[in-house]
Amino acid sequence: MSYRGFQKIKEWFIEKALFLSALFSVFITIGILSVLIFETLEFFKVVSIVDFLTDTQWTPLFSEKHFGILPLFAGTFVTTIIAMAVSLPVGVITAIYLSEYASNKVRIFIKPILEILAAVPTVVYGYFALLFVTPLLQKLIPDMSGFNSLAPGIVMGIMIIPIIASLSEDAMHAVPMSLREGALALGATRFQVALKVVLPAALSGIAASFILGISRAVGETMIVAIAAGQQPRLTLNPLVPIETVTAYIVQVSLGDTPTGTIEYSTIFAAGMSLFAVTFVLNIVSYWLKKRFREEYE
Amino acid sequence: MKRLVISLIAIFAVCMSAKLHAAPVIKIDGSSTVYPITEAVAEEFQKIEKGKTKVTVGISGTGGGFKKFCSGETDISDASRPIKPSEVDLCKKNSIEYIELPVAYDGLAVMINPKNNWVDYLTVKELKKMWEPAAQGKITKWNQIRANWPDKEMHLFGAGVDSGTFDYFTEAINGKGGASRGDFTASEDDNVLVQGIATDTLALGFFGVAYYEHNKDRLKLVPIDDENDTNGKGPILPEYENVVKGTYQPLARPIFIYVNKKSADKPEVKRFVEFYMKEGDKLSKEVGYIALPDKAYTLGLSRFEKRLAGSVFGGHGATVGVKIEDLLQKEGK
Repeated sequence: MSYRGFQKIKEWFIEKALFLSALFSVFITIGILSVLIFETLEFFKVVSIVDFLTDTQWTPLFSEKHFGILPLFAGTFVTTIIAMAVSLPVGVITAIYLSEYASNKVRIFIKPILEILAAVPTVVYGYFALLFVTPLLQKLIPDMSGFNSLAPGIVMGIMIIPIIASLSEDAMHAVPMSLREGALALGATRFQVALKVVLPAALSGIAASFILGISRAVGETMIVAIAAGQQPRLTLNPLVPIETVTAYIVQVSLGDTPTGTIEYSTIFAAGMSLFAVTFVLNIVSYWLKKRFREEYE
Repeated sequence: MKRLVISLIAIFAVCMSAKLHAAPVIKIDGSSTVYPITEAVAEEFQKIEKGKTKVTVGISGTGGGFKKFCSGETDISDASRPIKPSEVDLCKKNSIEYIELPVAYDGLAVMINPKNNWVDYLTVKELKKMWEPAAQGKITKWNQIRANWPDKEMHLFGAGVDSGTFDYFTEAINGKGGASRGDFTASEDDNVLVQGIATDTLALGFFGVAYYEHNKDRLKLVPIDDENDTNGKGPILPEYENVVKGTYQPLARPIFIYVNKKSADKPEVKRFVEFYMKEGDKLSKEVGYIALPDKAYTLGLSRFEKRLAGSVFGGHGATVGVKIEDLLQKEGK
């Protein structure tokens, strides 16, 4: 065989190997999705989808069974709202500072620290919420339960700050210098430039980071499993024990629920609903990011 | 390269020899209520065996433990109630026979936060009102239990549905094992419940009294009145005397280990069970349980030596109101 022919075969193999690697994640996604869908269908053979979406009680492990997902989503909703209420303002303000005010020295110092925040294992955040933040809050609100959605929500917000800050900063950084220069030339202050020119111009990027943050909060497991309690409850009160969708899945996966039972199928139905929510959020975020790219390229 | 090969061979040889000399492992799983005793016994046993035998003790709850036990995954199962019909069937299906050995007596404690200053005692009726299935979503405030208690939310914590403690409590209070409201914080891990009650002034929960012993300063016991004067008048605390005399009813019960009959023939399991029966008395006291009279351990040992399979409770699951003397009588037969 000629040297050329050998090279060609080698190239062919390399290309196929690369292609297979890329395909791998696609297959995995399809695999996970089909398991989820298959098990969820099994679940809906027994429980009607109307009950699943409208019943206000979730007690599949007890002798009197109810399969309303609403209490679990209420838990997820409350913790997510609290997390976003913390991470959005702090994240965006941090981004404004880093992009518009900070000198290079400060930036080099602060950015890695922000990234460390993202590298803290979530189990550590969980215990931080349970054993530090909750007792602290109880000094202000004596009637607050040891398990509640407020403390894990706040801690989750802290965890999400780096995501929002770093993505928003990227978006602000991408705003053309000429826009800032124009505004400054018209006599605007630095603050006015940041708030009235850069922020609106980067809004789609910030919105994308916000939505990515939400989907991170919705899917977060360890913090809420440790610190929010294990009691599905249809409430918006952040001071009482609740259970999120993810924490429920953990609870059942850790217990000894036999495979093939309806109790076991519930985690797939819950997982599927969760997947649907984060999937939609990710699509919205992707769409927003694309819009934002088109504007300046 | 040569060095690499040599070191690989060395590592391989070490692994092989470790495998050849691997210590036999006794696998135990089940009730988190029985766990402290079994774990204490296991620790002492491993000390004596000097590494010859390893013992692993899990906490999947009595139900979870029996599921594993009856499919042959474990040698011994910790149980805070006698085996129940569905588990008897599962064991039979997999032709697993078991020897039932009572190891101690436990009071099931009802607990509140130390800052709770309104609950002085509870009657069995009040407990039922709190925990029965009909209470779900309806009985949510303290003043619904007694009118002069605060108009504040009640936060309930209890043993998980896979635990024998849950089965026993629901049988004793609600009259049917497993029947309970579902809107409370349920966990197989008693430490989660301790944490929940210790940090919440509006909380009430139940679990084995031994976990109270370890958290005395963070929890407060509630005396229980069964309104039956023949076994003690008025509200009664799960203290040593009351559990032994049988006046802390209906929330006192014997707890067990179940030994797989086939595993019982393994020398290390045999040694472990014999050690358990010999030291159970001392060690169960040490970890906060009420030891059985000596006679119960001797009877247990002789049942084990004779390899008497089956349950003296007939496989009906949680049995309420078994006093120590009843237990002795049953075991003696």
